[in-house]
Amino acid sequence: MADPKLGVYICSDCGIGEALDTEKLENIAKNQYRIEVVKTVPFLCSQEGAQVIRDDINNEGVNKIVIAACSPRVNSDTFDFDPAQYITERVNVREHIVWSQLPAAVEEEPAQEAGTEAPAEASGDEAAAAAPAEAAPETAEEPAEAAKPAVNENTQEMAEDHLRMGIVRAQKSEPPEPVIEAVERTVLVIGGGAAGLTSALESAKAGYKAILAEKEAVLGGWAGKMYKILPDKPPFEDVKTPDIDEKIAAVQSHENITVLMEAHIDSIAGTPGQYDATISHNGSTETHRVGSVVMAIGWKPYDAGKLEHLGYGKFKNVVTNVEVEEMAAANNGTISKPSDGQQAKRVAFLQCAGQRDPEHLPYCSSVCCMTSLKQALYVTESDPDASAFIVYKDMRTPGLYENFYKAAQNNPGVMLTKGEIVSITEDATGNIILEIDNTILGEKVRIEADMLVLATGMVTNMLPEGAEKVTDLTPEYVGQWKETETQDGIIKEVIADPVVLNLAYRQGPELPYLKYGFPDSHFVCFPYETRRTGIYAAGAVRAPMTAMQSANDGVGAALKAIQCVELTSRGQSVHPRSGDESFPEINFTNCTQCRRCTVECPFGVLDEDEKGTPKTNTSRCRRCGTCMGACPQRIISFKNYSVDMIASQMKAIKVPEEDSKPRIVALICENDAYPALDIAGLNKIQTNPFYRFITMRCLGGTNLVWIADALSAGIEGFLLIGCRYDDDYQCHFVKGSKAASERLGKVQETLSRLMLEAERVTQVQLAMNEWDQLPKIMNDFAEQLKGFGPNPFKGF
Amino acid sequence: MADKVLIVGGGISGITAAVEAAEAGLEAVIIEKNTYLGGRVAQLHKYFPKLCPPYCGLEINFKRIKQNPKISFHTLSEVKSISGSEGNYQVTVQVNPGYVNEKCTCCNDCVAECPGERANDFNYGMDTTAAIYLPHEMSFPMRYVLDKNACGSGCTKCVDACKYGAIDLDMQARTVEFNVSSVVFATGWNPYDASKIDNLGFGVAKNVITNVMMERLAAPNGPTRGKIVRPSDGKEVKNIAFAQCAGSRDENNLDYCSSVCCMASLKQATYLRDCYPEDSKATIFYIDLRAAGKYEDFLMLVKADENVTMTKGKVAKIEEDPATGDVTVTVEDILGGGKVEATFDMVVLAAGMESAAKGANLPADLVYEANGFMDSKQKVAGLHACGVARWPDDVATSVQDGTGAALKSIQSNGGIPKTADAVEMSGGN
Repeated sequence: MADPKLGVYICSDCGIGEALDTEKLENIAKNQYRIEVVKTVPFLCSQEGAQVIRDDINNEGVNKIVIAACSPRVNSDTFDFDPAQYITERVNVREHIVWSQLPAAVEEEPAQEAGTEAPAEASGDEAAAAAPAEAAPETAEEPAEAAKPAVNENTQEMAEDHLRMGIVRAQKSEPPEPVIEAVERTVLVIGGGAAGLTSALESAKAGYKAILAEKEAVLGGWAGKMYKILPDKPPFEDVKTPDIDEKIAAVQSHENITVLMEAHIDSIAGTPGQYDATISHNGSTETHRVGSVVMAIGWKPYDAGKLEHLGYGKFKNVVTNVEVEEMAAANNGTISKPSDGQQAKRVAFLQCAGQRDPEHLPYCSSVCCMTSLKQALYVTESDPDASAFIVYKDMRTPGLYENFYKAAQNNPGVMLTKGEIVSITEDATGNIILEIDNTILGEKVRIEADMLVLATGMVTNMLPEGAEKVTDLTPEYVGQWKETETQDGIIKEVIADPVVLNLAYRQGPELPYLKYGFPDSHFVCFPYETRRTGIYAAGAVRAPMTAMQSANDGVGAALKAIQCVELTSRGQSVHPRSGDESFPEINFTNCTQCRRCTVECPFGVLDEDEKGTPKTNTSRCRRCGTCMGACPQRIISFKNYSVDMIASQMKAIKVPEEDSKPRIVALICENDAYPALDIAGLNKIQTNPFYRFITMRCLGGTNLVWIADALSAGIEGFLLIGCRYDDDYQCHFVKGSKAASERLGKVQETLSRLMLEAERVTQVQLAMNEWDQLPKIMNDFAEQLKGFGPNPFKGF
Repeated sequence: MADKVLIVGGGISGITAAVEAAEAGLEAVIIEKNTYLGGRVAQLHKYFPKLCPPYCGLEINFKRIKQNPKISFHTLSEVKSISGSEGNYQVTVQVNPGYVNEKCTCCNDCVAECPGERANDFNYGMDTTAAIYLPHEMSFPMRYVLDKNACGSGCTKCVDACKYGAIDLDMQARTVEFNVSSVVFATGWNPYDASKIDNLGFGVAKNVITNVMMERLAAPNGPTRGKIVRPSDGKEVKNIAFAQCAGSRDENNLDYCSSVCCMASLKQATYLRDCYPEDSKATIFYIDLRAAGKYEDFLMLVKADENVTMTKGKVAKIEEDPATGDVTVTVEDILGGGKVEATFDMVVLAAGMESAAKGANLPADLVYEANGFMDSKQKVAGLHACGVARWPDDVATSVQDGTGAALKSIQSNGGIPKTADAVEMSGGN
């Protein structure tokens, strides 16, 4: 960028001008930071106000704009100066300071003693009433200001420090220069079932090329093996003849789709936009350049061999739903008893076989109720005298699928009851006897059936054949634990077994999974969130679903795969920092190959060479800064976000000598804690005035060096306010908040070296809607620090 | 090609369709009839199964909208006409006046002076706001609106109070035209009108509320600031019942299953248990507990709480004791046998979702199934449906569907527009 020139603009409206001495703020910018262009502007967010800034940009060459006004979450588009040319730093003096602090001088000690929910109007009135009694000396010296009530000293100091921090942040920021690289507009789709076929076809229809790799010799997956399929069109009442062949034909005939049969992915190396996928098929091996990947490898049936207690493998006429489907497909719908090959006249279905069962699959496979209703129809349609009896825990036919359930209820040959199995036995003729309790009929029921169909569940194909129990998997990947000793301690991680992708990634060859092996998104709002940028799971591999739902899922996954390539082509990040053009840069001269960054990255971005030197892969990066926080050498920086920047912000905080004015640094997550503070301000909820807020992309960027530095400089304590971590994590960067908490565990050592209490550094988990708890959290921490007594380094 | 998609509905699936399409390179404009974006999820206290706040994801999506010049939106707006064909639709949109312009800073000075009062629709009428109001704390756009129906004749107090000149009582509806290559209908849902269910006492017994109202009662920005109390007398609710399938799976009301109500009631049982952990009890009366997939874990979690009881049985009758305000529920207990009567402080009806497009007379030749949900495959090319407009489903699935609709809109555009900032394959470096 051109020579940096700062302009500082302070808004005097919305109560800011009354609560703060803006002239003093101006003087800080002018005198302490030698900034020439410093202005207090009433109603700064008006077009006239913004024009003042635009004029200075044009006439004065201002290119770093510090705005001390309202939250950037209000009227955000007023100050949308081109981020490629200008740094715009917002100092939120309105919501975070003026609206959540006492507006004018009062006699009582504020906040610490004040209730957590001091009503806004009341405190304002009291403050106004009390104000004339105590005029601050600065204003008393200026007759022009005499009519104005004196400002509250603590509020003023808070604003001054935040202005200093804002100026420093702008000084240390440069506009990012995006990495623009060529991209390949081709999606590699792995798996040729309902989801994969759809992904390939829909990508091609959108103008992309697709390579579809299928491990079998035929396309269609399970959808091609069915006798009939579930309804997928209104009114959702009747089964259908499979129509997957139409989709297969469309895929095979599309000029932009290459189909590779009996294919195996040997490796996928590279980054989004530029992956090299080495694929073997038909005895040859080729490397294809692709931009992104959809993984739609589907599901396998749960191993019924483990269901002997339900008669499987013990009694001849106990089969699974998959076996019945094969039987029906082979015999035009006729279901015969395995014992003698005779047509089955009385078929019982047992739902949730090995499902919703902590010993087997704890989850529900979503589709089995529908499947049994469908298969019951096979029984009654092939013989009007035959009957089906379905025993269920809960009949789960959500949404419009309810119509299909109703159709079965109206079928006189189908009987349905809720019930629990007491026993399953076989009589001399090979018939199966079920004893059921807790039925709708209110008594124990005995059913004699020709055969019993177990509605077994779905296991994700992310788990290799013969994998351990889904309830007892190694975290994130199937593999073996390994410990690596490095200069900075031992790293313990799972070395993953390859399953399908064979990624040439430092963190392992596969997508990490969540519970039960499903590589699903953990986010309600973002079902396509992925731990490997550019690689998206679709269909039953990521969660149990029907073929119709898998196909729908394949459409969305195709969009994400295409979108990732498009954003990459512009040098921009994907969600959640969509469009961000900054990226981490490493100063390798000081790298100690400690591997912290390559291990801690939540997205497997960084690779490493044999020695452990990291390699950045920009288009995989999500720009959270967890690597920056992890690095003990402080050598990872973004153009507009760095260890030095935040350290300098902390240094800019003026630490007064008085013990009655502690200074506490709060590192706040930009997505949740920041808006939570905004809402507290909007509600005029008073918060503790001794905090200084520093906004983080994610707490994962917290570098321990700041803590030692700031404590040595007299800061009393650190409060990290971030998202929930562990099982139900809400951290948008998956593991950032967790990484911060783990790092804090290690800070104890540093603190004891400084002879300080470990609790001076504390992390709290705060969801955005918990803003009402902020005053208490902040006061409690301040009280705790008070109990420790002043930081002994203060004043040195 | 118009290189643009118009999305009708600014709820979670419409927002998703817009940001996902725009980040892929297509311009997107959202048309929302309400005063803010976010739709129904903005009114939810927490999502199941993570019990996380919907605002969190909305905040990310709003940021994606703010930073992306390819996305625009109009609130208080409705589509008046659609003509043309795939690749080249003309859409006329009426933008209704909110009487507050872009000069609003959200300082709240107007509210202090406003003598008007209106039922707060954000809280389903359980409290009131001034005639001029911020829809809610997380409102996006962050701007006040004026409900002129709640204004006194000739009153200009808010105008006088606003030093920024942000209030314009003469603001008129205006018409905006868009040329787009496709239209996505993400019109979402309305809570089923529970007063139509004649045996469940809604609108008669004061302490019978619906599940959407329960969300607001539990929310820290709700009418009771998150304290769950009875509407009739403000008494703390210690003993609550949930009546599942209130209107759903019922030929006289909604013929289908609304997919989310079982999980919603399980979640709301945790609201009460969190509010009064010592001595609150919840009973869920259900036909089938539908917790599909991994949601089963959440069912197990709630079931493990011994103060939550689940009884299979359809609620036959709900009656109020006028003296106490307590509510008596009559249930056919299917497993225990016979009729059961039990009395509760409050009853929550797990009312279903009704397609908002039903009866809305959208100006397009759309195909609906019998209940008013739109078909996935529309007969007119370039018209797409997503989210609950298409199928009653949960948030994650609606978002997934909105993402798919983004791809459909790109296909309708003949691919991603070639723009100056997109770099073509050139060998790389």
